[in-house]
Amino acid sequence: MFVLAELKDTVRIAPDQFNLKLVDAVRDEIDRKLANKVLLNVGLCIALKEIVSLQDSIILPGDGASHTEVLFRYIVFRPMVGTVMTGKIRNCSREGVHVTLGFFDDILIPHAALQHPSRFDEAEQAWVWEYPLEDGAKHDLFMDVGEPIKFRVSREIFEETSPVGPPKTDAQSTQGPSTSTAAATAAQETKTPYKIIGAINESGLGVLSWWDQQGKEDDQDDEDNTEYDNDEDGEGACEE
Amino acid sequence: METVNATYSYLTNMEVMQVLQKIKSTKKKFGMRNLATVTYEALQYLEESPCKTQTREGIISYVKDLSNYRLKSHEVLQMVNDPPTSPLHTQLLIDDNKSPLTDEENEKIIQLTYKHFYGVEPTPQPAQAQPQSAAKESKRPEQKQPQPQPPAAPQTEGQTEPEKEKPDEANK
Repeated sequence: MFVLAELKDTVRIAPDQFNLKLVDAVRDEIDRKLANKVLLNVGLCIALKEIVSLQDSIILPGDGASHTEVLFRYIVFRPMVGTVMTGKIRNCSREGVHVTLGFFDDILIPHAALQHPSRFDEAEQAWVWEYPLEDGAKHDLFMDVGEPIKFRVSREIFEETSPVGPPKTDAQSTQGPSTSTAAATAAQETKTPYKIIGAINESGLGVLSWWDQQGKEDDQDDEDNTEYDNDEDGEGACEE
Repeated sequence: METVNATYSYLTNMEVMQVLQKIKSTKKKFGMRNLATVTYEALQYLEESPCKTQTREGIISYVKDLSNYRLKSHEVLQMVNDPPTSPLHTQLLIDDNKSPLTDEENEKIIQLTYKHFYGVEPTPQPAQAQPQSAAKESKRPEQKQPQPQPPAAPQTEGQTEPEKEKPDEANK
């Protein structure tokens, strides 16, 4: 899920940080600039892994700070298309199921990519997989908020976001929106810089409890036994 | 900022977790709120995933054992990040359209998971399955065909699962 991206940048170290070792000052500056921000076509930057090389530090006229060109490698979150990941359901809407990973929120599983057949329950605001049983009846499997869900990444969408103007609301003040809460929820027009589209329309994908391997220890009559877990009298299959 | 190489190399979740843990334990400067936020949240996610109990040596020996199976490197990476514990799981991670995995190979791959990452599963259910299935190789017929299993699996919802665990404990 994570890649190492090699990036190059000129880092400005202000004079009040001249007491620090150059490497530490540079490291902090890079993290200050990149952590939790999305770089276009690179991914969500997490943390600095290592500095590869530092060029000479120079001082430009009119500015007391030093400028150093740095080549470094940064840990970036960018799952490959086709990767299978586990996240938690954030909420369901008409467009599909929104999944979150904690540090990354903008994952959508559109309704067309849900297990077939599924319907949207307005009352519960949840998507439901109508699992067809052998005898023609249907078993409703709800996708509730907070459930862990396994999905496959089908697409990734990078969008260019330009700097926002003077803040209309409090949340719209950062340029590269961080992915936790604030920026995305502020106004409808805010574009998400990095979106992942997922799919769960394969066996084994979806809410984890749907495919739990509780049948491993049981013997042959595994499929029948699932109905009789509440069977206290030990009557088994007899129906009176 | 210039991107020299957007995908210089891939990282396993365990390596990322180690880097983040080191960051978390060292600095607490201010102005680094973004780093602290993303470190904390990413660590929360990673520590709930199978990589929490992995070690470098475990992963190296796992990858070495997997080299017998003609897997592509991205499939191996996925398997390290999320070691398969069932045939269905393995089939999700491995694209076997060209040369399908036989059932025995699938079995052996799952055994490798238990061998190298024993006790890796965070959820209680598979953890109960592990000691039993590692101990007895038999009783696998239900698992050879993924189709019959899913009809059984989705039938149980949250309520019956806790009750199911009690008979399992008794069987042990």
